[in-house]
Amino acid sequence: MNAETGIGASVLRKEDARFITGKGQYTDDISVFGQTHCVFVRSPHARAKINSINTDAAMAVDGVIRVFTGSELVEDGIGDLPCGWVVTSKDGSPMIAPPHPPIATAVVNYVGEPYAFVVAETLQAARDGAEAVEADFEILEAVVETATASSSAQIHENAPNNQAYDWELGDKEATDAAFANADHVTTLDITNNRLIPNAIEPRAALGSFDAASSTYTLYTTSQNPHVERVVLALFVNVAPEANLRVISPDVGGGFGSKIFVYAEETAVIWASAKVGRPIKWRADRTESFLADAHGRDHVTKAELALSSDGEMLGLRVKTIANMGAYLSTFSSSVPTYLYGTLMAGQYKTPAIYVETQAVFTNTAPVDAYRGAGRPEATYVVERVVETAARELNMDPVELRRKNFIPPDAFPYQTPVALEYDTGNYGASMSMALDLADSDGYAARKATSEANGKLRGRGYSCYIEACGIAPSQLVISLGAGVGLFESAEVRVDVSGSVTVMTGSHSHGQGHETTFAQLVSDRLGIPFESVNVIHGDTGRSDYGLGTYGSRSIAVGGSAIDRALDKIIAKGKKIAAHMFETTDDQVEFAEGQFSYAGSNEPKPFAEIAGAAYIPAVYPLDELEPGLSEKAFYDPQNFTYPAGSYVCEVEIDPSTGVTEIQKFVAVDDFGNVINPMIVEGQVHGGLAQGIGQALLEHGIYDADGNLSTGSYMDYAMPRAADLPDFEVDMTSTPCTHNPLGVKGCGEAGAIGSPAAVMNAITDALGVKDVPMPATPHTVWETIQQGA
Amino acid sequence: MYTFNFRRASSLEDAQQIHQSSSDAVYVAGGMTLIPSLKLRLANPDDVVDLSQIDGLGAISSADGAVSVGAMARHCEVAATTDIPALAALANRIGDGQVRNRGTIGGSLANNDPAADYPAAVLGLGATIHTNSRTIAGDDFFVDLFETALGDGEIITRVDFPIPKRAAYAKFANQASKYAVVGVMVAETDSGVRVGVTGAGACAFRLTSFEDALSANMSASALDGIDVDSSDFNSDLHASAAYRGSLVTVMAKQAVEQLTA
Ligand SMILES: Cc1cc2nc3c(=O)[nH]c(=O)nc-3n(C[C@H](O)[C@H](O)[C@H](O)COP(=O)(O)OP(=O)(O)OC[C@H]3O[C@@H](n4cnc5c(N)ncnc54)[C@H](O)[C@@H]3O)c2cc1C
Repeated sequence: MNAETGIGASVLRKEDARFITGKGQYTDDISVFGQTHCVFVRSPHARAKINSINTDAAMAVDGVIRVFTGSELVEDGIGDLPCGWVVTSKDGSPMIAPPHPPIATAVVNYVGEPYAFVVAETLQAARDGAEAVEADFEILEAVVETATASSSAQIHENAPNNQAYDWELGDKEATDAAFANADHVTTLDITNNRLIPNAIEPRAALGSFDAASSTYTLYTTSQNPHVERVVLALFVNVAPEANLRVISPDVGGGFGSKIFVYAEETAVIWASAKVGRPIKWRADRTESFLADAHGRDHVTKAELALSSDGEMLGLRVKTIANMGAYLSTFSSSVPTYLYGTLMAGQYKTPAIYVETQAVFTNTAPVDAYRGAGRPEATYVVERVVETAARELNMDPVELRRKNFIPPDAFPYQTPVALEYDTGNYGASMSMALDLADSDGYAARKATSEANGKLRGRGYSCYIEACGIAPSQLVISLGAGVGLFESAEVRVDVSGSVTVMTGSHSHGQGHETTFAQLVSDRLGIPFESVNVIHGDTGRSDYGLGTYGSRSIAVGGSAIDRALDKIIAKGKKIAAHMFETTDDQVEFAEGQFSYAGSNEPKPFAEIAGAAYIPAVYPLDELEPGLSEKAFYDPQNFTYPAGSYVCEVEIDPSTGVTEIQKFVAVDDFGNVINPMIVEGQVHGGLAQGIGQALLEHGIYDADGNLSTGSYMDYAMPRAADLPDFEVDMTSTPCTHNPLGVKGCGEAGAIGSPAAVMNAITDALGVKDVPMPATPHTVWETIQQGA
Repeated sequence: MYTFNFRRASSLEDAQQIHQSSSDAVYVAGGMTLIPSLKLRLANPDDVVDLSQIDGLGAISSADGAVSVGAMARHCEVAATTDIPALAALANRIGDGQVRNRGTIGGSLANNDPAADYPAAVLGLGATIHTNSRTIAGDDFFVDLFETALGDGEIITRVDFPIPKRAAYAKFANQASKYAVVGVMVAETDSGVRVGVTGAGACAFRLTSFEDALSANMSASALDGIDVDSSDFNSDLHASAAYRGSLVTVMAKQAVEQLTA
């Protein structure tokens, strides 16, 4: 193994040279011959009936080629955008998924929903055309608020009370009994603010149809091109799957928002055959704000039952989750199976009952966003636990320690479906307290007070379910897809290796991490490994990247394919050594046999595989290329302890994070630098949620925070120097012992920040985000 | 963007001439405000008249106890000046690096955004605004929301800031845009103490109650108990009128503390 590039080495990212020198190839960088441009005509109303659409004036604009409305797609057999996970309500009924035509036909249900699109020779002409489309709307009352949606005007004919489903998990009776026997009940009413994803690269699509071969090629910003392809083929009926190739080239960030199948790429690929020319669309920033799927947006009541000495006896959680106007691709699973199942947190709470009512509103659809359900769950559990400690006058660290699932209790079955494989929560907590200089806190607090400032400290001990997911489990829970991953390891004649993965990198650095894994296991130079992803024409059906699944599932698939490569290499080597393959060893890039003092390097075996002189071809096929599909046995359970210390200026309400410690347990780590980078990014997003970011609609359903003038993204100056470290309990059920790290920071941090702020202010809750204005008002109300 | 004619003016006369002969013209300086509004198709002028090539329009000089800043002086250039540190510090906190490298003082004042920083400096320092046809006292320049004393086609040429005895600017920045939620310039000048407030109201204004108190006693505590009437203040997503009212006092005190430090 090479200490500089192998597993465990902080290798600089291969892909960064092209990214930071502007040589990345993003969808919008790709242009094809004869390309046209497309602009979507979007609803200015949150809810309206479309009486008529007149495209005559638009067609008359110089350079406009075609103007399409939704009914033309319907007439051509184009289906609705589906939601791929059917959640079942308490009463056994399946969720209600209202019709979701890619291009609205009869009604529009959120500001920004497309109801027509214009294809033109130039972008400018397409814009002019879009402005000239005339629609006669009958404006209807908009429903905006999460908490009151179910008692507001009904949006969809088939969804009474604007309800998609009313779901439950856990044992209600046991939980009620726990509350009946409790000495103390802590109740907390909290909201989880709506976030707007804001990937640096806006969504884009370039669709073309080749009449000669009847094939479609779609370049698009997707985190999962195979899923995009199968949905467009099977559900939306754009083209037979075999005739559709989806390529997702360099992608500049996704955070979940690029998992989903959207109207725009559907329209572009479909219309490319109608127009007979390629069509390109790229969202401008306003469109990203209006029409990317948003995240979070929960209103929750949480109750924790405890004994007088702080033993957690039961947890009851009731959440209203805002789904927006329609059910986006995976939206239904987010406030249910990715949320309710995490309510045990790191604790042995014996009885838990969770209810989630999913409601429709006239806002952009809400779906998975970095962490997806798990940040919301952590926010509930860690806020209510900290509040309980305060109410019981206990040290919040002690209360947590008392209730942690102990290291010897794994595997541990929670009352909310999951079985945690391994963990050591106390170890992470101890390390975090050390790094946070817990002992010096009292002195720091005194100094703040002397300066007229308020200091507070908060903790968050999160758990997540990553490495998504065991196929049969999720299918039994309503998922419409398996969640395995594919890999192909193609050894070249010279011994270099090309890896095709179904995972997709949109910032994660897979080209580096996966190359480290391959070079380490095969004992070949890091530089000899080339990782290919994001093209349905090149890799086998795979499920893509989200849910911190790439290394745990995609990496494990590569590992399995490597097993097969090594096994076949041994067979070839056995013939060369004139022995049997069980006598051949493979280590450090050499095949060896006890009966020979001339080991065979990997490259020599690769050569022998393709120049098949030394082995009988009736026994062994020529070549050295292997595939694997890896389906995980369980989720992985990254967990960690976060500590946040804030200082608040009561005169302005400004919160300054003075310390942020994150100790994570990701199991084994391939590239610590990349993992640390993922943690930093996640923390920035989580702190952004806690202090800055808020997607707000006004009462009429207009997006008030539709640009960077009003939607505050975290900047470097808003963030402290993070103190980041790791503990490790390797995952017990995947071959690499890895857990995944992409979402942890965003999952664990909001609760830590808000616990610190409420501690500083001495209040039970401050609504997120704790902007200076909000904090100032909280102080005024107390004064 | 809609299509427009890009017209590069070679002199002030040329600029005004182009403006007069066009049915709908707009000047462009740094473009930091104008170009986004063109891109969003919020404006549709026939002619965009570029002021950037007019000789001397961006010059900064100091003489006779005043700093004269040319209308085309960019924020980063003002930030690099030394005669009025409070003015340089103000310029250095406008927006971000890109904005400061393009945006100009003339554009900022002509635009008169209620959240812009320079108006607080003009009022707080008692500046005079020169145009291609006249001289306007700073106190008379800001009329209302995005409305100034400039006539149609009138061009700001320079702004003269008398050098104060001492001055300081405190700004509470919007977390998203970095514009001022509230900004207060406090200055002790030859003509007395001046307090210019931006961000709080429809346009920048002087706060005479603070000026009187600070004339008597230049210390933060002098502002204690002075009621700031916030009933007409801006109220939006980011700050209520009451919060802005409170910030006016907090920022004024910070400025006084800086200036007396
Ligand atoms: C992201 C961002 C953040 C910002 N943050 C801040 C901030 O924190 N504080 C702040 O004060 N500002 C801020 N600004 C605004 C910035 O300072 C602009 O530079 C300024 O508002 C306009 O200056 P400009 O030179 O770019 O003018 P332009 O955009 O070119 O023009 C603006 C208007 O002024 C007119 N005009 C320009 N020059 C003249 C002249 N000489 N005579 C008459 N009319 C003229 C133009 O016709 C136009 O109507 C921000 C802008 C952005 C984009």
